[in-house]
Amino acid sequence: MDKSPEIPESPKNPMFAPESVPLIPPRYRLQWEEAQQSHVLLYPEGMIKLSQTAAEILKRIDGRCSVGELVADLERAFPGADLRGDVLEFLEAGHASGWIQVRV
Amino acid sequence: MPADGFKSASKPLWLLAELTYRCPLHCVYCSNPVDYTRHRSELSTDSWMRVFREARALGAVQLGLSGGEPLLRPDLEELVTEAHRLKFYSNLITSGVGLDEERLTRLKAAGLDHVQLSFQDSTRELNDFLNHTRTFDLKLRVALALKRHGYPVVLNVVLHRYNLDHIDTILEMAERLEVEYLELANTQYYGWAFLNRTHLIPARDQLVRAEAATQRFRERVGNRIKVYWVVSDYYEERPKPCMNGWGSVFIAVTADGLALPCHQARSLPGLVFPNVQDYPLEWIWNESPAFNRFRGFDWMREPCVSCPERFKDYGGCRCQAHLLSGDAAAADPVCSLSPHHGRVLEALRSKETSDTARALLFRTDENSRKYAKDSNGER
Repeated sequence: MDKSPEIPESPKNPMFAPESVPLIPPRYRLQWEEAQQSHVLLYPEGMIKLSQTAAEILKRIDGRCSVGELVADLERAFPGADLRGDVLEFLEAGHASGWIQVRV
Repeated sequence: MPADGFKSASKPLWLLAELTYRCPLHCVYCSNPVDYTRHRSELSTDSWMRVFREARALGAVQLGLSGGEPLLRPDLEELVTEAHRLKFYSNLITSGVGLDEERLTRLKAAGLDHVQLSFQDSTRELNDFLNHTRTFDLKLRVALALKRHGYPVVLNVVLHRYNLDHIDTILEMAERLEVEYLELANTQYYGWAFLNRTHLIPARDQLVRAEAATQRFRERVGNRIKVYWVVSDYYEERPKPCMNGWGSVFIAVTADGLALPCHQARSLPGLVFPNVQDYPLEWIWNESPAFNRFRGFDWMREPCVSCPERFKDYGGCRCQAHLLSGDAAAADPVCSLSPHHGRVLEALRSKETSDTARALLFRTDENSRKYAKDSNGER
């Protein structure tokens, strides 16, 4: 059978299925920083400066929206882009660093 | 903290507000100046709020509320409220003394983001000996209350010869208290710690064992507890990138209003640090001679000025250079390339004869008055 190219289950990203719901633990705070002209993620005694892509993903993580909905929403906001791979990679990196969890 | 966020900026990202030098504890490695008894005046609530606003306008986003013991300021809740309004990420750096249910509730309502709680050790005996108070049980109660109130917690333990061998129980304590972060900060030798240096310097094998235990712990707990290990720089071959460079990302304001590029800088002779009551922070950061004195690389001499590693370590720590070589513009003597590196090796050797050295000095008003002059240039 033909495999649909747009929905490969990447074995590298086992944490995040399309129906998983990512969330940002409450100790992290996402905000726009005028002085840096970028979004940042703040946490106890530290900060991560975010790229525009990272900020667009994080802004949509509210603890309710699933990965599938997140990707769909991003693809509506940025038509023509295939963002699924980027989003999964980002979520996985965030999960490894502790600033993204999966709602259970 | 990740370097990528803090490195490229030429703005202060961190404001450390040392709200008071008063403290109920008497820790032998206190980072307040040895002569703190000479600096009793404290900024008013309004002055602090102005400093917060000016720092925020410059780009500062992390706020450390420290001391002494910041809970001794009855206006702490007001200050947190203003910090929260300004969208600072606020960090209360405390001994826990005075953090009762009522204040925990009020501070939470005011918008306090996080609490860093210090323990001096994982045993009651040593904790209470090193800070010369009976506070171990209180600190345990505070740690549990913090979790009940939903605060993220950094547990901070300063490490040295007397507690490095307790590393396993320190790690267990962090796990039992369910903190999110554990900061294991090997003693840095300034101020009170410098006076007590021969007592506090550990043996190399103590450090090696403790660091290995910490690494095993990290591998076991993963993301549940993030563990920071601050190295004992006397045992290193290269200096720490102190403050990510002078006047690069960090600004400290002392209880009495001096603006400093590092909270130890007050000890440096020949520099006039501006007071926030006399100058706007914007001028202090950008224009003041003190903040420009060691900024960038132009002030450097050999061996730093031609060293390829200067972009990584910024020549190390100016305060340490002053303390160990008498010259704040010299290479940090921790560096094996420094002509003064022998002073560090000498200090490491001298720990073995500490039985004959003077008694351990606790941070007390009496000792402050008595030993202020001995602390190599503390003003």
